[in-house]
Amino acid sequence: MALSYDDVMAKYEPVLGLEVHVELNTESKMFCSCSTTFGGEPNTQTCPVCLALPGALPVVNAKAIESTIKIGLALNCKIAPHSRFARKNYFYPDMPKNFQISQYDEPICFDGFVDVEIDTDEGPKQFRIEIERVHMEEDTGKSLHVGGATGRIHGAEYSLLDYNRAGIPLVEIVTKIVPGTGKYAPEVAKAYVAELRDILRGLKVSDVKMEQGSLRCDANVSLRLIGSDVLGTRSETKNVNSLRSVERAIRGEMIRHAELLNEGKKVKQETRHFQEDTGLTRSGRSKEQAEDYRYFPEPDLVPVAPAASWIEELRAQQPERPSLRRKRLKEQWAVPDKEMAAMINADALDIVEETVLLGADPTKARTWWLGEISRIANEKEVALTDLTISPKDVAEIVALVAAGELTDKLARQVVEGVIAGEGAPSEVVAKRGIKVVNDDGALMAAIEKVCAEQSETADKVRNGHLPAAGALIGAVMKETKGQADAARVRELLLKHLGQG
Amino acid sequence: MIKNTAAQMSAALEKGETTSVELTKLHLDRIAAIDPQVKAFLHVDGDNALKQAAAVDADRASGKKLGPLAGIPLALKDVLAQEGVPTTAGSKILQGWKPPYDSTVVAKLKAAGVVILGKTNMDEFAMGSSTENSGYGPTFNPWDLTRTPGGSSGGSAAAVSAFEAPLAIGSDTGGSIRQPAALTGIVGVRPTYGAVSRYGLIAYSSSLDQVGPFGRTVLDTAMLHEVIAGHDPKDATSINAAVPAVVAAAKLGDVKGLKIGVIKQLQGDGYQSGVLARFNESLDILASLGAKIVQVDCPSFEYALAAYYLIAPSECSSNLARFDAMRYGLRTGDSDGASAESVMNATREAGFGREVKRRIILGTYALSSGYYDAYYGSAQKIRTLIIEDYKKAFTQADVLVSPTSPITAFKIGEKSEDPMAMYLADVATIPVNLAGICGMSLPAGLAEEDNLPVGFQIMAPAMQDQRLYQVGAALEAALVSKWGGYLISNAPALGGAK
Repeated sequence: MALSYDDVMAKYEPVLGLEVHVELNTESKMFCSCSTTFGGEPNTQTCPVCLALPGALPVVNAKAIESTIKIGLALNCKIAPHSRFARKNYFYPDMPKNFQISQYDEPICFDGFVDVEIDTDEGPKQFRIEIERVHMEEDTGKSLHVGGATGRIHGAEYSLLDYNRAGIPLVEIVTKIVPGTGKYAPEVAKAYVAELRDILRGLKVSDVKMEQGSLRCDANVSLRLIGSDVLGTRSETKNVNSLRSVERAIRGEMIRHAELLNEGKKVKQETRHFQEDTGLTRSGRSKEQAEDYRYFPEPDLVPVAPAASWIEELRAQQPERPSLRRKRLKEQWAVPDKEMAAMINADALDIVEETVLLGADPTKARTWWLGEISRIANEKEVALTDLTISPKDVAEIVALVAAGELTDKLARQVVEGVIAGEGAPSEVVAKRGIKVVNDDGALMAAIEKVCAEQSETADKVRNGHLPAAGALIGAVMKETKGQADAARVRELLLKHLGQG
Repeated sequence: MIKNTAAQMSAALEKGETTSVELTKLHLDRIAAIDPQVKAFLHVDGDNALKQAAAVDADRASGKKLGPLAGIPLALKDVLAQEGVPTTAGSKILQGWKPPYDSTVVAKLKAAGVVILGKTNMDEFAMGSSTENSGYGPTFNPWDLTRTPGGSSGGSAAAVSAFEAPLAIGSDTGGSIRQPAALTGIVGVRPTYGAVSRYGLIAYSSSLDQVGPFGRTVLDTAMLHEVIAGHDPKDATSINAAVPAVVAAAKLGDVKGLKIGVIKQLQGDGYQSGVLARFNESLDILASLGAKIVQVDCPSFEYALAAYYLIAPSECSSNLARFDAMRYGLRTGDSDGASAESVMNATREAGFGREVKRRIILGTYALSSGYYDAYYGSAQKIRTLIIEDYKKAFTQADVLVSPTSPITAFKIGEKSEDPMAMYLADVATIPVNLAGICGMSLPAGLAEEDNLPVGFQIMAPAMQDQRLYQVGAALEAALVSKWGGYLISNAPALGGAK
């Protein structure tokens, strides 16, 4: 009964719809001056406004409007000269007002698009994702369900409410329906969220950390029979907390839908919750009966009417598009396709570019970040940017190697030292006493010692069996604590043994 | 002393003839003596009031420059948050809540040295026209204790009318300052929407609510108006413009050459004969003072009441959603195993009164998908038409006038079982709220048939509040000289005011 993905694609065509919530990185909340810092003691970042005390009133954070317009412009949207906030009414314990201030029929940005490129069987192919709207709203508080096995509300002994998050500015980016992706639907969705993330990062309007919830994706999927133009029933998957999960969730939902449809059953219109461990979704809230949020214009706020001149100013300040930047860097640095993909996957583009801008050779910079440093990051299970080593450090190490003051092997020790918090590369070099042994006399002494110890091997080399030199070079390197330049050692050794 | 105007008290304080502590004590004594009959106050904050008064006296003694209302006692409608002082909006659902913050109006009053005597009774969440909808029992009209003082700011109006305070703060969503002012024979002003901050005003209908002053004279009212008005960055709908010079206008009191428009739709059927008689008499006086009386037509006013009873309940259904037992106020039904939803339901069932529930249900329905356009949407269109009617009328006249209330104070219980009859009490005041403009009610005399006060309403365009005071002061001066004193001085004495 379990269908393969190919079985699904033989019969059905997927239609996507993606809603992405972005927490803006403004210093204060959407409608009050409380701090937005992540991870504070519960209920310490609250005030009468975000606790919805009787009488308190919201005032719009102008910075949040600016960030939203920047996002709209980056997504090729039109910016409304006049937009309004609306109240979305529903009861929930972690929503202090029991309505959310959002935007409804008059969003601030609308009608845009994002182009994404993915690898297909026929080579790289571009897909256009049309953006329906970009609007502002506020986040809710958080419920912490205590007791019970699952941490969910069902079976919990009691629940605690933390309103620190209540009122954090959110931007919701909603696509139009995305048909025509065929079997690439999961990859297209992933590429779209990745592209959005890069755009937002470039705009510096959000931390875009999916694992912390500052970028959250709700994935809508439906299937229809190939050739049909009638849309199927969709499910909406929430809790998709990584790029990989976007892809997995959509693939999983496509298979689940196809199995239901093949059995003649109906797909329920509902929200589903993605589970990282199984890669499956579980049923959430039914949306069979459309919820009635009783939207109406927020009477406590005046309409948002950004001046045309301001919009143009923001347009002029737009950073380079991530796709263009990638293309430019690939050419400038002459990076092969595969390495470029690796760099993007590792999220290392920014950090490599910074290193290059500090004077490092692009290939060397990339090799360090994706090689040794990535290995250590993986070991520690942290992001590259969370390590204590900076682009400046790496640029310095690259320069030391280029100047012959470090060998690659020694440089790795320096990297390790910097990451261990021993200071900048020069300090690590000084503290650890790392230096290339350039003194031929010292090298010759080591060579003579090694050749005497391993006379049989030395004889082999004397007799013209050159591969045997490797073992001797290794021993000399060991003798000099790795501080010698291996090429010079080889040169002197061969000469010493009459082969130079 | 307590029968004096606030302006007179201010002068006496200035001259050192009395102290704020003495004034405050006199009013607290008066409250202790007669409030058991009037029930204007929900909470008398005597200790704090005396402390505040002593502080003002000390400031005065030290030669500090003080505002004109420094040291003058005031009654505060319980709809405004005051730090550390019980604030209920007349509802059981907020019983025991002490706000951790001051509303902007309270902050301004404190900064001006005004002494806050306590919190006054009101219709629950300002929904009503008689103060009978209070969760804590009705307030009684000092003119006749079998009658209501109007509402929703009935407690504030009664307190001023009964000499328990020379000044009071109310809020006016559909007439809740002007109608009780009319029914208790005092002056009440609803300022232009956005002229006084709503920050800390417990919301009933956000797009209609406005805080405003009560006084026994036009000048007193103007003095209080100037203290509370002004831009507030904490209220996004607050107007960022200079406060109209209302005190200067109240001192000017001149109508020569002004055009005064009588709104055809706000008289006739449903208006008590004594109300119309006093209204027409005032018009004659204004004409004799040199004003030109013109008739103006506002055809859409016919639908104002209907529009109001869709917009206000719609907004309140959302504004009152926050009373859910989670963070403050009443919590009931929280026994073992009760879900959040059942606690919310039980608390709202127990904490809200009938009229509040009626309006929440009405508003929830009016905003529902499929009904929105027919109800809320249509009401907003009527609102636009009413704004246009006013706009046109104000091209024909400098101010517009009408009776404030079609009837004088009605008996307690008379309308409480008939919501429609109660709603009609606000028929002449609601258009001002829908249009966001300003309005005043001042005493025009007593109706012959029942010897109860009649209110005369003046309306002016947005941010032209000074016109209300200019016209009101002229009319007041003429009436006072005709009566040989303020109307309120003729009120039946309650327990022997000094």
